[in-house]
Amino acid sequence: MSGLPAFRLTIWAAIVVLGMFLIVSTQLSGGSPTGETSSGTARVGGPFSLVSHTGGRVDNQSLAGRPYLVFFGFTYCPDICPTTLFELTDLMTELGPVATGFKVLFISIDPERDTRETLASSMTSFDSRILALRGTAAETDAALEAFSAYAKKVPLEVGEYTMDHTAGVFLMKSDGSFGGMMDMHEPRETRLENLRRIAKDQVTGS
Amino acid sequence: MSSGFKLTVKLTCMLAATLLSTSALAHQFSQGDIKIGHPWSRVTPSAAPVAGAYLTVTNSGSQPDRLAGGSTPIADRIEVHQMTMGDGIARMRPLPDGIEIAAGGSVELAPGGIHLMLIKPNQQLIEGSSFKATLEFARAGTVEIEFVVQRNPTVQTGSGNEHGGHTP
Ligand SMILES: [Cu+2]
Repeated sequence: MSGLPAFRLTIWAAIVVLGMFLIVSTQLSGGSPTGETSSGTARVGGPFSLVSHTGGRVDNQSLAGRPYLVFFGFTYCPDICPTTLFELTDLMTELGPVATGFKVLFISIDPERDTRETLASSMTSFDSRILALRGTAAETDAALEAFSAYAKKVPLEVGEYTMDHTAGVFLMKSDGSFGGMMDMHEPRETRLENLRRIAKDQVTGS
Repeated sequence: MSSGFKLTVKLTCMLAATLLSTSALAHQFSQGDIKIGHPWSRVTPSAAPVAGAYLTVTNSGSQPDRLAGGSTPIADRIEVHQMTMGDGIARMRPLPDGIEIAAGGSVELAPGGIHLMLIKPNQQLIEGSSFKATLEFARAGTVEIEFVVQRNPTVQTGSGNEHGGHTP
């Protein structure tokens, strides 16, 4: 008479805990993104569509079949953005016609201030094969999402702001898959060799 | 005294420049206990709304000093900013109080770290050109300097400001 209620209570408690565990685990698996790979690496390479500083529309489909380099920045950036553009320009000059084997895209994450005219003016200082791209806020967001990249507006003083943003150069293969980030701190010869290899990655036919 | 020194520095620089035929030579300016080593600014793309500028500040005094900002005829104003990188994301923030240079200490403003930011330059910064600027220090007051415009940072050996450093 004394041990039975305690036993029943234990059973009930066990059932409740087990039930809760089942509900929680079902919800967890149901709530996880479907169709995503669980490789642990960020997904890079998705649909985007932007307009270049020369006026043409550039999207992931028009780029298919050729390798390309992508990086995000803005013209109100004094340090890393022009540095990357000048470095890429130097590398492309060194490579000469070989650098025509890949496209280089500079995507503005600040379309509010980076008008097409602003970008066109800025790009006169760099290799003419580099395309500066911009879009509407929604198109810019889509491009960021396509590369799992980050950009955030940070207010400064009255009316002024700066942008936090992903700083690396993405290497995209001709089949549209992600080829890793370019290491801008590698020796110049290594970077040139990597770009020569990338330029050879061409999809012919299809 | 400081103008005579400046003239000597300039003459030495000019002489060395003739010898080495490069404009990216180290040069320095001083005012009281504050010494400014090789102020340089990065070439800007056409119509750039901002420009980054760099230098080394050495404080040989017995009191800390503070670089608060500055001015130049070629831009609206000069601010002290800091760049940081974390998780592949670049972040730039103004340092409204500027940067402290400890007594006997030295601070290097360099790409990827602290920089002087020229807001709204009224001209494109062309490699090999130079422009004047005034730096404001809490203790030392104003220091007149001249930035040289370079495409790349000067490769310096050691921490000194010796003449002869040049871009490869
Ligand atoms: Cu800045």
